[in-house]
Amino acid sequence: MNKIYVVGGIIIIVAIIGVIFLGNNTKAPKNQKESLTIKGSDTEVQLVSALAEAFSKENPGIDISVTGGGSGVGIASLINKEIDVANSSRKIEDSEISKAKENNIDVQQFILAIDGLSIIANPNNKIEKLSVDQISKIYKGEIKNWKDVGGTDKKIVLYGRQSTSGTYTFFRNFVVKDDYSPEMKNMEGSQAIVDAVKSDESAIGYVGVGYVKDDQGNVRNDIKILPVIGANDNAISPLDKEAVQRGEYPIMRQIFQYLAYLPNKDSIMDKFIRFETSEAGQKIIEKSGFYTLTNSDIQQNESLFEKIK
Amino acid sequence: MTLIKKQKRFSGYAPYFIFGTTAVLTVGILIGIFAFLFIIGIQAFSSIGFAEFFLNSDWNPNSFHTPSWGIISMVVGTLIVSLLSLIFAVPFGLAIAIYLAEIASPKIREILKPIIEMIASIPSVVLGFLGLLFLAPLVAKVFTLSNGLNALTASLLVAIASLPTIASISEDALSDVSSKFREASLALGATKWVTIKKIVIPAASSGLMAAIMLGLGRIIGETMIVLMVAGNTRAFPQSFLDSVRPMTANIAIEIKEVVTHSLHWQALFAIGLILFVITFIINFAADYFINKNKL
Amino acid sequence: MKQGLLRERIYFFIFKISAVLGISILLVTLVLLFNSGHSVISWTFLTSHWQHQNITKGGIFPAILGSLYLGLGVMVISFTLGISTAIFFSEYNKNNLVKRILQLTIRNLAGVPSVVYGLFGLAVFVNFFSFGTSLLSAMLTLSIMTLPWVIVATIEAFSAVPQKFRESSLALGADQWQTIRRVVFPIAIPASITGGILGVARAMGETAPIIIVGATFYLSSLPSSIFDKFMALPYHIFILATQHSSPFATSYAAGSALVLIALTFLLSLGSIIIRYHLRSKKDW
Repeated sequence: MNKIYVVGGIIIIVAIIGVIFLGNNTKAPKNQKESLTIKGSDTEVQLVSALAEAFSKENPGIDISVTGGGSGVGIASLINKEIDVANSSRKIEDSEISKAKENNIDVQQFILAIDGLSIIANPNNKIEKLSVDQISKIYKGEIKNWKDVGGTDKKIVLYGRQSTSGTYTFFRNFVVKDDYSPEMKNMEGSQAIVDAVKSDESAIGYVGVGYVKDDQGNVRNDIKILPVIGANDNAISPLDKEAVQRGEYPIMRQIFQYLAYLPNKDSIMDKFIRFETSEAGQKIIEKSGFYTLTNSDIQQNESLFEKIK
Repeated sequence: MTLIKKQKRFSGYAPYFIFGTTAVLTVGILIGIFAFLFIIGIQAFSSIGFAEFFLNSDWNPNSFHTPSWGIISMVVGTLIVSLLSLIFAVPFGLAIAIYLAEIASPKIREILKPIIEMIASIPSVVLGFLGLLFLAPLVAKVFTLSNGLNALTASLLVAIASLPTIASISEDALSDVSSKFREASLALGATKWVTIKKIVIPAASSGLMAAIMLGLGRIIGETMIVLMVAGNTRAFPQSFLDSVRPMTANIAIEIKEVVTHSLHWQALFAIGLILFVITFIINFAADYFINKNKL
Repeated sequence: MKQGLLRERIYFFIFKISAVLGISILLVTLVLLFNSGHSVISWTFLTSHWQHQNITKGGIFPAILGSLYLGLGVMVISFTLGISTAIFFSEYNKNNLVKRILQLTIRNLAGVPSVVYGLFGLAVFVNFFSFGTSLLSAMLTLSIMTLPWVIVATIEAFSAVPQKFRESSLALGADQWQTIRRVVFPIAIPASITGGILGVARAMGETAPIIIVGATFYLSSLPSSIFDKFMALPYHIFILATQHSSPFATSYAAGSALVLIALTFLLSLGSIIIRYHLRSKKDW
């Protein structure tokens, strides 16, 4: 009888060890495998999925997976050693870079595109334009009615993203410069904000410029995209491509991809980011509504490519 | 002779051991869930402090200034949705149960009961989706709000999700009441309704309480519906037409952005621990009610 | 007396209306979904790979496959663990205290919110065992969720086998294990499996745990091992409903929801009908 207990116990212990061993083995270094795991920014998820799809068509047999969740999710997963590429619509923080270093992750920055963060309202709202200061006060909760800024007489309803979102963080740090009003509704994704603003006449929201266009690249007519008053007192729309690329639109930003390691030349990661800078990739970026890089951005990426050679 | 005896005993003990081990594993899993939640959550408590956690109404771990870790707004959010859902689901569920157990003919009952139970098969993400699409705008129109993402909309949908549980278990409880009671009452001249009201329902009361408790457990644990239609604001809710952010939705939203082992990660497990303890207490109560009248 | 009758009539009417209302909820749900989504359902929709840029050209096959894989994995794992536990409970255990502990365990496992399972799955399978956000982690997490239902269904099934069957078998010289193996198990297993399948159907509809433990938004190829990433129907619906920017996203979400409901309803309804059939065929 005792023999049975011993044998049974050994079998169970061996099974558990075997399973853990198996699990750890499949987390082999990802450099050399033919797969790419990308996670992060919701602002970028449609764009990067489209890029991945086009890339896969030209390179069959390669596994690429793209998931959203927010820039915070991407960077956290990067630090947790779970993925290869983090999409992030905000710059990675120094504290995050050092946390990654502690896990032996040498984060590389790749600038993907330019985004003109758009402020949107309902088409029935009389509002014509807003200044950065007004936007900040609105999202802090200090300005509560549309009529105080030139719109219809209605209490302003704030829509924003979740704290997982890079857009949330960027907008807060760069425009609001304070905590958001607790009344702000934290929506699940940029599309949820667009849907809400579309049907709520009192709404205001912020989304990446890619989301104010439909999937054919045409500007949506079910929301109002508000021009923002820039440095020279001109109201500039985020749809004004030249103004954005000249840096005149007040709320523009680079959107990034953070790599978990420096890829080997001709590895799948290397090929993918080169594809993103290729003409085909740039076309997809434009079609998705974003803007192509300025020269200084391209130069920054060049230094990354230098390292890969 | 001894050989045969040994074989018999062998087959007697090995299966016992194997099956017993799996049973132990099952209990171990439950204990494991609690253990993981406890070990990780407790670290959050020690770093954040009970006062800050339980008495502060602002949850803002990624604050521009200092992070705050108060769960009161979320707890109140959970409470409001739970209360509203109960208000809708319990009378509705009991009415259906009474109909099925006392009034409907056996044939109708055979057909209707499974149909009601099929409502439980509707995935909550589908209910949330339909809520977003149809119910929220309806609520907005009825209450002249600018949008329908609030506690009320969420509660209506959560009530629908928990209805089958309450109705089905209540129906079981009512049917279990021995027909002798009903017949005696009718023989004494009482009408059917009086019989139900004064005899059957009180007799089934512990089973009915259990049904309500189990429905409550389902309601408190509901995540997807509240995630999609409750509005998700940090602010302390002041009416049932305000947006709320229940504990379940908060965990589902923030868990993916936290770095493993960070304070925020631990804090979310702490919230999970609280949820676990709440449902444990509710289940204990349900268990008590079920066994109360059992001889 | 007449007043009492009138009151009764009113109450009974209310109760009847409630039941009708309850059923109409189900119908309304199906009708609304059908309305929004039927235009989208086609053979291509069901069998082709997801096209991200032009969703009208693609289909939800990867999500369907992912959900089916999940369902299969959950069935294997939870049935193995659950049926064994149930057999121990109903056939081998004589101790009352153990009985109460198991009952408490099962009831509590059934009541734990799905998010909390997600947390547990994250901490244990994704992190501690390092399985990562994979099919395996999701299968294991969902199996634990389904465990209580399988156990309860099996215990019920085994209890329904009359004691005299066991006694006759033992009287004929078989030992306990042989009795279970050859007499009780074959009779009880169909009811147990159909009950368990109800639980599996529920697990296939769950979203919160797989958000936490691992589904993806876009996948360029189908999962080939349990350590791979996967797409799944509930997560797909969630994303289409809240995050996709195509104007067709809503109808695609509705279409996917119809497919998911068709799957869960088929499983649930199927097992309910089979169970009913088995019950009526019993001749003891």
